[in-house]
Amino acid sequence: MSSSDTHARHPYLAEHYETIEKQDHAVRLGMWLFLGTEVLLFAGLFLGYTVYRHFYHETFHEASRTLNLTLGTINTIVLITSSLSVALAYHAIKHGQRQKCLGLLTFTIICALGFLVIKGFEYQHKFAEGALPGQFYRFHEVTGPGANLFFTIYFLTTGLHAFHVIVGMSVLIWVMKGVWKGKYGPDYYVPVELGGLYWHLVDLVWIFLFPLLYLI
Amino acid sequence: MSQPNQLADKETPVYPAVNYLNADRGVWSWLTTVDHKRIAVMYLVSVLIAFLLGGIFAMAVRVELLTPDATVMGANTYNRMFTLHGVVMIFLFMIPAIPGVFGNFLLPLMLGAKDVAFPKLNLLSLYLYWTGATLALTGMIMGGTDTGWTFYAPYSTSTPTTLFPVLLGVFILGFSSILTGLNFIVTVHTLRAPGMGWMRMQLFVWAIYATSIIQVLATPVIGLTVLLVGIEKVGGFGLFDPTKGGDPVLFQHMFWFYSHPAVYIMVLPSMGVISDVIAAVARKNVFGYKMIAYSSLGIAFVGFFAWGHHMFVSGQSPFDNGAFAVISMFVGVFTAIKVFNWVATLYRGAIAVTAPTIYICGFLFFMVFGGMTGIAVATISLDVHWHDTYFVVAHFHFIMVGAVIMGFLAGLHYWFPKMFGRKYHEGWGMVAASLIVLGFNATFIPQFLLGNAGMPRRYYMYPERFQGLNVASTAGSSLLAFGFIIILVYLIYALLRGDLAGDNPWQSKGVEWMTTSPPDKHNFHETPVITEDPHTYQKPGEEVEHVVI
Repeated sequence: MSSSDTHARHPYLAEHYETIEKQDHAVRLGMWLFLGTEVLLFAGLFLGYTVYRHFYHETFHEASRTLNLTLGTINTIVLITSSLSVALAYHAIKHGQRQKCLGLLTFTIICALGFLVIKGFEYQHKFAEGALPGQFYRFHEVTGPGANLFFTIYFLTTGLHAFHVIVGMSVLIWVMKGVWKGKYGPDYYVPVELGGLYWHLVDLVWIFLFPLLYLI
Repeated sequence: MSQPNQLADKETPVYPAVNYLNADRGVWSWLTTVDHKRIAVMYLVSVLIAFLLGGIFAMAVRVELLTPDATVMGANTYNRMFTLHGVVMIFLFMIPAIPGVFGNFLLPLMLGAKDVAFPKLNLLSLYLYWTGATLALTGMIMGGTDTGWTFYAPYSTSTPTTLFPVLLGVFILGFSSILTGLNFIVTVHTLRAPGMGWMRMQLFVWAIYATSIIQVLATPVIGLTVLLVGIEKVGGFGLFDPTKGGDPVLFQHMFWFYSHPAVYIMVLPSMGVISDVIAAVARKNVFGYKMIAYSSLGIAFVGFFAWGHHMFVSGQSPFDNGAFAVISMFVGVFTAIKVFNWVATLYRGAIAVTAPTIYICGFLFFMVFGGMTGIAVATISLDVHWHDTYFVVAHFHFIMVGAVIMGFLAGLHYWFPKMFGRKYHEGWGMVAASLIVLGFNATFIPQFLLGNAGMPRRYYMYPERFQGLNVASTAGSSLLAFGFIIILVYLIYALLRGDLAGDNPWQSKGVEWMTTSPPDKHNFHETPVITEDPHTYQKPGEEVEHVVI
């Protein structure tokens, strides 16, 4: 079919799709499904949190107070800001503002790096205190039953989240490369949109982790 | 119906000079292909190797159980053997088998598409499968894993044997499964040929679609769970360890949240195969098309809320037990809807006696018998008696081997001419099919009796009074193995020397038969336009047409 087409095919249209709209629809649907699987991946850990919070309610509350609320709040603001900037980057490329898009993506990636640095300081502090998961636990301030499990869950959830931050950064750098080369513009911007969607998920997971670990 | 091997096509069958098998040459062209049909063929070879391995381990288990004492191996080797058998058969064979092979090969063809939605992702799935399979297999063989395929904590986190590579392997296999499911869902949504509405999709497509939903929604949870067990084993984080405040029952919940729906990942595609093939061999429109389609979705949905029936004796509240029991029985309702519709499809059909027909009959018997015993074990009071006995093993194998393998073999025979353009020997096909159905019954019916008499699963020794039935079961399993060897021989012969099949040897109405056998690299020379409902073998008021296949 493709050889007999008289219209010029879109340069990024794969052979087995008829139109770019159909392809865009397919990749968007694929991305949403993938985000669904990511949510379910985290769901297991959230379940663990719920169960042990129920088992060791007092200890979890006490252990939660020992986290650094200031750094946690700063990190939340950093991530929400980065979510805004990635949304604006998508808006910019949709309207053909390539330079603006590049700037906003750079800002997003700097925010992601900032998040990781702050998280690193928090981790370092916990390591020094001995507030470590499971068998490595030797933190003296919280000693009730299940205290080690709070930090198991703390490190597993924030660790998995930090891993997703790194993946998200890599995705955004890859998207930036495409923007830099001028591959995307008002007529084709789906990869920027999908990269942004992934980044929003990373943000969203943190929006749930923050209150569960730091606030309640 | 006289000579089963006679071809119905009037014209001499032609083997297309250029097709997907020979369009590009060399090993490299296979390893880098994005053609869904080639990926399917590579899956076929891989899952058959896995099946062979899993079968060898099963035979080792059966041989050991010939005598009440140690026959050929001790307790440790026996534990490793049933672990190898379970992990290989479930994660390397049954989960990828029908979606990986027939799903990949047929889904785009049945939709009238040129490929799946994301061809490169499809190839990545295959590579992930290979990576996960290699890791899991070498891990189990080198490390002597002895936990069973269920990896129950805290035994799995405290056993001295190596477990981490196996868990990592299962984690990676999970990603392969997720990506395949995701790919298929998007394909069904976006790549249907002109004229193909949702109600014009073949029933195999519906079944694969329902399966894919389970794969996408359930698999991430097992991925995380096995990862947590791995972390627990290596790092001692205490999440499932009661000595550190953890809860092993939490592991069971998370494990079965995937592993119960996973049973439907295995059996739904098989039901899809049967729905498609049954219409072709009965030469009749599928009875209750919508009911069969929707009941697939029903099973997928209900399957997510039934996991607790694996845990009736692990300290759940009586309320939970009751709720899970009732929900589990709903699966039986949806399955029964399918069985009634299949039987009604056969009723007054012009049934061609072929190898797939025998597999269909076997499937219907195993599905009903396995399903009924499923209802029985979902009944709490009975389950307390049968829990962890051979009764459960037999029930599980009736569905997993009985139903799934029958569907796989029916599909393999039915679509073999489409995939390779050649026909297998129908006579030998029927001999092997009869042997397998017979051997299967001889293997697993004694196990129901053993379980009911109280023989527990997963022990290499047993009291002497169980020996007679165990010998019967082992004898049956050798019959089964013999049947599989016959299939292997005649299929390899058919591949090399078999008669040419022609485009549509079954005179099927499926869209996949509208192209050449084997198909062109791009599936169809012209995109098909769908004008009829699926499985339309006769118009309203028409008699059933007798066709010699």
